[in-house]
Amino acid sequence: MDNKTNQKQTIWELAQEKGYNRRDFLKFCGWIGAAAGIASTQLGRVVYALENNPRPPLIWLHFQECTCCSESFIKSDHPLVADVVLDLVSLDYTETLQAASGHQAETAMKQTMEKYKGEYILLVEGSIPTKDDGIHCCIGGRSALQILEEAAKDAKAIIAWGNCAFAGCVQAAKPNPTGATPVRKLVHGKPIINVPGCPPIADVMAGVVVHLLTFGRIPELDAQGRPKAFYGRRIHDTCYRRANYDAGLFVETFDDANAKKGYCLYKMGCRGPVTYNACAVTKWNGGVSFPIQSGHGCIGCSEADFWDQGPLYQHLPETAGFGIEATADKIGAAAAVATVAGVAAHFVTANLTKHGEIQDRVKGSKE
Amino acid sequence: MNGKRIVVDPVTRIEGHLRIEAEVENGKIVDAWSAGTMVRGIETILKGRDPRDAWALVGRVCGVCTSTHSLTSVRAVEDALGIKVPPNAELIRNLMFHTLYLQDHVVHFYHLHALDWVDVVSALKADPNEVSRIQRSISKWSKSSPGYFKDVQDRIKKFVASGQLGIFANGYWGHKAYKLPPEINLLGVAHYLEALEWQKEVVKIHTIFGGKHPHPNLVVGGMPCSINLNEVNAINMERLNLVHKLLKEAQEFVSQVYIPDIMAVAPYYLDWAGIGGGLSNYLAYGDLPTGGYEDVKSFRLPRGAVLDRNLNEVQEVNAKDMDQIKEGIGHSWYEYSGGDDVTLHPFDGETKFNYTGPKPPYEHLDVDKKYSWIKTPRWKGHAMEVGPLSRMLVGYAAKQPDIVGIVNDTLGALKLPATVLFSTLGRTAARALESSLISGWALDDYQSLINNIKNGDERTFNPVSWEPSSWPSTAQGVGLTEAPRGALAHFIKIKDQKIENYQLVVPTTWNGSPRDAKGQRSAFEASLIGTPVADLEQPLEIIRTIHSFDPCLACAVHLYSEKGEHVHQLNTF
Repeated sequence: MDNKTNQKQTIWELAQEKGYNRRDFLKFCGWIGAAAGIASTQLGRVVYALENNPRPPLIWLHFQECTCCSESFIKSDHPLVADVVLDLVSLDYTETLQAASGHQAETAMKQTMEKYKGEYILLVEGSIPTKDDGIHCCIGGRSALQILEEAAKDAKAIIAWGNCAFAGCVQAAKPNPTGATPVRKLVHGKPIINVPGCPPIADVMAGVVVHLLTFGRIPELDAQGRPKAFYGRRIHDTCYRRANYDAGLFVETFDDANAKKGYCLYKMGCRGPVTYNACAVTKWNGGVSFPIQSGHGCIGCSEADFWDQGPLYQHLPETAGFGIEATADKIGAAAAVATVAGVAAHFVTANLTKHGEIQDRVKGSKE
Repeated sequence: MNGKRIVVDPVTRIEGHLRIEAEVENGKIVDAWSAGTMVRGIETILKGRDPRDAWALVGRVCGVCTSTHSLTSVRAVEDALGIKVPPNAELIRNLMFHTLYLQDHVVHFYHLHALDWVDVVSALKADPNEVSRIQRSISKWSKSSPGYFKDVQDRIKKFVASGQLGIFANGYWGHKAYKLPPEINLLGVAHYLEALEWQKEVVKIHTIFGGKHPHPNLVVGGMPCSINLNEVNAINMERLNLVHKLLKEAQEFVSQVYIPDIMAVAPYYLDWAGIGGGLSNYLAYGDLPTGGYEDVKSFRLPRGAVLDRNLNEVQEVNAKDMDQIKEGIGHSWYEYSGGDDVTLHPFDGETKFNYTGPKPPYEHLDVDKKYSWIKTPRWKGHAMEVGPLSRMLVGYAAKQPDIVGIVNDTLGALKLPATVLFSTLGRTAARALESSLISGWALDDYQSLINNIKNGDERTFNPVSWEPSSWPSTAQGVGLTEAPRGALAHFIKIKDQKIENYQLVVPTTWNGSPRDAKGQRSAFEASLIGTPVADLEQPLEIIRTIHSFDPCLACAVHLYSEKGEHVHQLNTF
């Protein structure tokens, strides 16, 4: 292919050439705005950004990972991944999808790093092994550590995909045989956006990328560097089965009578009370379901060190200030205090009044 | 050495980190070395944990063949503890497995492999009217108008004109090993984009039953999802209807796009039916039970081994036989207490890191010594190929009627003898034929699930051995599956309700391993011998053959269970 020009086409120009009219384009801006968690009052900025910015160059590195983040990314529904890759960004290096192999692949990365020095966004999938000079992950004869250091130096910002890049995930679980280390412990002095999950939800991944390129700045992050838009709420506080928890209606074993009614999975080890993620609201794969809706507790995959928080099917000892053996009344009341507001409190109160009746029904269903 | 050494690292459009070094003489490969260059150590991490948690940890071995390792793990634990899952759980697991096969095979062909055959730049010269004519002549697929293909072509033209070539930058475009006319190249590009959009739909079946994709949830003893036709919070008719619709769409995509594309492309690359054959031995554990995982005879994909390409005989395979499957480390960065020449059955698996390779950055690996993180498995001492081709060959030799039918029909349509299967092209074709079979079997399993529910059976979980207090003090089991990339085995030993030892022997361990202590090459290395390389700077032919195996390196190199090391169960409570 001849690298024709330096000419940088905007997304609006591309859209016009593809035959989209202004109305289609604005609708498209609305979609990606929604995906990025951008308020509708800010939509004008999305439109402006997509009309005037060229496709930002992205370098996607793969280290100690299982490629679930890439697999998730290509499941993006809004925007479609083909639209992201062809129209929104320039994905100049990704071992999963790029045509070039070997030194041609490495050259593509180097060209982008030189041509777009300080402008490219670095995406990292996987942890970096640090034991024994990094021999546990080498690409093109160089260690993951060497590659990361070089690529991070002139990046505009870094997105750490998934639990691996955020916290080391499964290979960092005890005893962490290879010294698997997350990006934020190795790279300093650069903005890092952590997008945890094993993997993160596809539309969340696309949402973070679109936010960055639309506003030219990183979204608001929490203390762990996670976008508040998607990691600001506990699964527990957004779960549609929460009412069952507040009412003391629990699944006792898989596929029991309570499971068939969709009761709360807390006693099956659900980590929803200690996990911050968008699963219960955004849901997975175009909003089809999420783990709890399909009958399994949350395993807490967006939290650091979640593999070392005890067996998966052992229920949490305490959630935010109350004991495991608390009655359903106390749990409900305490949770309501810990949560936002009067709506939940009202809900709980209403449930508490029915408590006796509910307990009887639970007993009945177990017999 | 008289030849020239070429290195391809990273091999892209695969899962994980693979390095190929090859010696080329007079335009042909005379020797080759395959190295896995990343390791994580998941087996060590498993020790001391609750066996019921293993599916979740080992699921993270691979996010591409996602759910395969989880399924293999629950089968291993169920085998160890004597748990039989309800028929519905088996059917739902099958449906999830069918989903994976379909998504994975299609993504492999269009997004990982197609660019080895399809020249994107050539597609810009295609006549959209002619593309339309070809599309209408090969299938009933509705996206077939000249305007549609012109739009796709214009989109790619604009993309190229932008000067930012993204994932298509620095490809081997214009290489003389590309043989398709511009029109079929454009057809390929159009279907690359369509397949990308379709694959995100079919995986919704994982989300319905397993809550998410990638990495859906399974559970030892069955499935975590409950069936309740009178409840919105369970698998009900709306959920089942969505599954049914997605399966029908999958069958349409495979029959109207994937298979016709393979049939349209293959005639231009018939020389590749004589290249890349490599080994002569094929292994399959079999899968897709129709009458219980314990009943191997009920499997749609038969179990067995074919030796010396003899399709008249199937060897019996038993993974629990301590003399059949053995792993060596003659050229792998590990050490055995018995030395580099011994081989061990996975139940006695003994693994300890022993990196003796060069310190990074390096130019070359010392291939006369140890050069990979992948161990080398053998079946009765033989190097075996695993994967879709092995499944089709074992099934053909076992006279599985569906497999015999589709293989004979395809060879007949192309007027080719069965020997063409033993090749790079044969591997790629076998994956497509398997997809066709799977898309039909999936609808059969859906109907069986409906019939079960109709007959009043809604169970999805067997609770009898859920509580660890009900387990014997020691137990051991094997889980076997046919992962999309081939035969996969997990070996578990349980002691005092905890994992004592856990070993995985995965498809790319078979195919991508270094040679054994006796110098026998494994499948990748063997398949490259004799492969032509027209341009040393652009080794398109190497990645064409390697991609035909659909390598999965994260699976292959996770092995680490240091002998004598005891990992305490962490309990924070």
